[in-house]
Amino acid sequence: MSEAIQPGAVQSEARHRVALTVNGIEHRVAVPARRLLSDCLRHDLGLTGTHVGCEHGVCGACTVLVGGVPMRSCLLLAVSMDGEQITTVEGLAGTGDTAGELSPVQQAFAECHGLQCGFCTPGFLTTITAGLADNPDPTPEQARELIGGNLCRCTGYQNIVAAVLRAAELTRERGAS
Amino acid sequence: MKPPAFDYSRPESLDEALDLLAGFGPDAKVLAGGQSLLPLLSMRLAAPSRLVDVNRLAELAYVRSGPDAVRVGALARHAAVLHDAGARDRQPLLAEALAAVAHPTIRNRGTSVGSLVHADPAAELPAVLCLLGGSVTLASTAGRRTVPAGEFFLGPLESAVRPGELAVEASFPALGARSGTAFLEVSRRHGDYAVCGVAVLVELDSDLRIATARAGYLSVAPTPLVLDLTGAAGGRAYDADYAGPESAVAALVRDAVDPEPDIHASAAYRRQLAGVLTARALGIAARRAAGAAAEVAA
Repeated sequence: MSEAIQPGAVQSEARHRVALTVNGIEHRVAVPARRLLSDCLRHDLGLTGTHVGCEHGVCGACTVLVGGVPMRSCLLLAVSMDGEQITTVEGLAGTGDTAGELSPVQQAFAECHGLQCGFCTPGFLTTITAGLADNPDPTPEQARELIGGNLCRCTGYQNIVAAVLRAAELTRERGAS
Repeated sequence: MKPPAFDYSRPESLDEALDLLAGFGPDAKVLAGGQSLLPLLSMRLAAPSRLVDVNRLAELAYVRSGPDAVRVGALARHAAVLHDAGARDRQPLLAEALAAVAHPTIRNRGTSVGSLVHADPAAELPAVLCLLGGSVTLASTAGRRTVPAGEFFLGPLESAVRPGELAVEASFPALGARSGTAFLEVSRRHGDYAVCGVAVLVELDSDLRIATARAGYLSVAPTPLVLDLTGAAGGRAYDADYAGPESAVAALVRDAVDPEPDIHASAAYRRQLAGVLTARALGIAARRAAGAAAEVAA
């Protein structure tokens, strides 16, 4: 994949073949080295659920899970993600028998009115999904810490904090039933 | 906000990476976590003609803790170092400072060695490395050299890494006997760059009086600043009251630092913060040192 290139021979827009598994589906794309993962997801794969806010790693709207771990997709090169398992907001709801069923975090956002304008929501949903997997029973303080890296320009953080706590409840209820 | 075009190489081994870096020389830039480099590229503040992506060099994704030091490989992510029990045990200052590095999402990808090489004067780890007297090991096809922290940070965003070299490891000295550390910083927003930050290292004598005390600073100088506080704090009991803006320690610090103003804080405010945070951190570090001494005695 990284062919030998002589110094000075500019091949900067040369395309690199990349295999990405996104939400369980394997995709093969050919992208220039400078293609951000966020743009690869949106433009090459048509997965426009991942939103792009600041495009330099400050707002958190573009957060996706790489191998289950939340990362900013605008701070990753698509070419660098070759072989990785990626989950976007489109991959959070149920599949198969539970197709269309909202995940606990998605349902909690709906119940608590955590979406507001909805632009920042994909980044919150992915971040909180991974955060609750690490810490299934966060305190209100830990819920705030969890979302500290995501900006909401509606500034309605109260509802989002409530949604984190409600999502933890829903996860427990679904696990018990 | 898209990066300029560049060529890309992704070596599968350290030897291959060093060969590539030797071949491309000053045209190449190393990509590790990319959490500082990608914003620089997207804002067009940097335009290297080639990136050498070291993310496949799994051999460098280690955290090794021993009695002398915590050694962090080039591909160890901040989160891995932060959550490493051995590292926390040997040098608790590392985890305390890493918890203040950006947000968890950034720490999942960004690397600790990368943060040192980036040499941002507002970054936590360069101040920690300088305070502890650690070092960075650089590898090239010509061999390896180890650069002490005091000689590694040359200026804002400028480290001692030369073209053709890869920073392969950082070594953070372990906490000594009867010693304690503390880290404090003030930032405008949670997870944002610190307006002022300080790391303190205290060593007590057998009577639990302060034998030596030093502080390392971020965001008050172009490179990490280390001050010896022993003159103002030496000989005093570990549980004396060091805090407060009128303390001798705070006065020493205010006289010694010469911060620049920017849109986030005036020079006078930074100077005041440096004094207050140092006095506070010194008290915390001294009490922790006494706690460590009591644990050894028990």
